[in-house]
Amino acid sequence: MPPVDIDATVIANARLSRDYSVLSLAAPEVGRRTRPGQFVMVKPAGVTDPLLRRPFSVFEVLRNAAGDVTGVSILNKRAGRSTKKLYELEVGDVVSCLGPLGVPFKPVGPPVEAWMVAGGVGLAPFATLAESLAAAKAPTTLFYGARTAEELFYLDFFEKLGIKLVLTTEDGGRGVKGRVTGPLEAALKGVGPAGAMVYACGPEPMLEAVAKLAARYNQRCEVSVERVMGCGLGGCYSCVLPVKPTFAKATVGGHGDGHANLVRSCISGPVFDGAELVWE
Amino acid sequence: MMAPDLSVTLGTLTLPNPLIAASGCFGYGLEYEQVVDLSTLGGVVSKGLFMKERQGHPPPRIVETPAGMINAIGLQGIGVHRFVKEKLPLLNKAGARTFVNVCGTTLDEYVEVSKVLSQAEGVAAIELNISCPNIKEGGIQFGCSLTGTHDVVSAVKKATHLPVIPKLTPNVTDVASFARAAEDAGADAVSLVNTFLAMAIDVETRRPKITNVLGGLSGPAIRPIAVRMVWECYQLVKIPIIGMGGITDARDAIEFMLAGATAVQIGTQNFVDPFVWPKVLDGLKDYMTRHNVAKISDLIGTFDPTPPKPVHA
Ligand SMILES: Cc1cc2nc3c(=O)[nH]c(=O)nc-3n(C[C@H](O)[C@H](O)[C@H](O)COP(=O)(O)O)c2cc1C
Repeated sequence: MPPVDIDATVIANARLSRDYSVLSLAAPEVGRRTRPGQFVMVKPAGVTDPLLRRPFSVFEVLRNAAGDVTGVSILNKRAGRSTKKLYELEVGDVVSCLGPLGVPFKPVGPPVEAWMVAGGVGLAPFATLAESLAAAKAPTTLFYGARTAEELFYLDFFEKLGIKLVLTTEDGGRGVKGRVTGPLEAALKGVGPAGAMVYACGPEPMLEAVAKLAARYNQRCEVSVERVMGCGLGGCYSCVLPVKPTFAKATVGGHGDGHANLVRSCISGPVFDGAELVWE
Repeated sequence: MMAPDLSVTLGTLTLPNPLIAASGCFGYGLEYEQVVDLSTLGGVVSKGLFMKERQGHPPPRIVETPAGMINAIGLQGIGVHRFVKEKLPLLNKAGARTFVNVCGTTLDEYVEVSKVLSQAEGVAAIELNISCPNIKEGGIQFGCSLTGTHDVVSAVKKATHLPVIPKLTPNVTDVASFARAAEDAGADAVSLVNTFLAMAIDVETRRPKITNVLGGLSGPAIRPIAVRMVWECYQLVKIPIIGMGGITDARDAIEFMLAGATAVQIGTQNFVDPFVWPKVLDGLKDYMTRHNVAKISDLIGTFDPTPPKPVHA
């Protein structure tokens, strides 16, 4: 289905910390179409600063009390000019929201276990994935690493869905001290006979470590990458990343890059089979 | 009132309207089929194509700058043969008028690629990319020399029956003299501008923002310079001009036409708003109605250099 572009009103901009906010947008059309792992291209409407939109995984699909989809939210981390502007938006401001875009995760069902591995803002695609895994009754664990305890967000949300949490912080303020790959490897060592599907999103070094661990223990792995992106539609060739020569996945719109070593992460991804990427 | 006539002619080519998607900003066109009916555009210019597939530069390839962006994609592309086989038939099916942006590392390569396209079904015109600022070999070395421009245009003209439209770089002192060189060599039209050579530094790390260090600046930031260059060319050459650089809406497109452009290309704005096309088209019709213009081609070059009336606060 083609993406839609909506001038979406900001319903809420919940500041979770000095750097993180959850920006909720009135974009029911986008919400209804979104599948876990897909993204939207977002910028404040009608301005040339920023000029280009930025890609964000859809964080939540928002619903009203009756259960109707009212919009989507994104998990925004203040890093550059554009994310700072998004952090500062107020209720009633308008945002250009194009989506949903890209290749979604492939959800698994029982008896296969689902292991979501999130690093920092890499939590973003896992709220919607958790919902669909919970609906499929897949036994699900979230391995979630952040710098500090204060930057571990939405734990209640995942707990309510019945998801097991394994937390890590770099300063040891909560959960296991260190990187999220530590407990992941321990779990991989004891994986049951039905196996696990590992889903990862976070900084690229983390994705590489997770993909390599999953491969070492013969488990399937999907990673959601984040590259500097210009258009989100395959127009500009900015967001490319290297894949193995065997990569030949049919992509969104059918005009993908089965041929090249560098493929566009907007239409061939952002979700890739971890075994198909070449780590630089 | 009669429906406004939006058609324009570029030499032997008639387009239903003057709006063309710019090279490198629209994939191979097909990527945008899901958001716009390609047959409603005046034309679609392909990504730059060499004889062979090309890898392009390592990312990051773009950085946003005030009202613009710098890119050094490095002409990643599938090569002309695969384009003709895999993309062109689908573009034809979609009703697109396909302009192919032709690149070369040598004069021979421009000629060879053009020959391949001449034998293919459904190419509307060749846009000769002699202006990419981002790659070391080829392209710009023709575009930055008057004799180089002349030589490559006349060699390609001899090799094809298709309209040949060299795309000029703004990174020269006098762009109009290059338009003249192209005209003298038999070009059917010229398109301008390609991007402005630029760079951006991360002051925290003191390193470049993009891998290639240098890249090409596009977007609204360059529009006034591009309009000036189109106006300069219009005064010197008779062949049609395709103008571009930072066009975001109908007002911007009309500005280029008044300065002398017969048609315009929209590049970076596709990234900002992929649904831009019907908006600009409606805006053109609205302008024509408001200004009682029956044929859009009547606007070409009608810029009136009389000084503006003084504005009092
Ligand atoms: C990401 C990107 C890729 C481009 N690739 C090409 C190309 O392959 N060939 C070419 O002739 N021009 C290329 N251009 C230049 C554009 O076609 C156009 O001349 C320029 O961007 C100015 O127009 P704009 O401001 O509307 O984008 C590219 C521009 C951008 C931003």
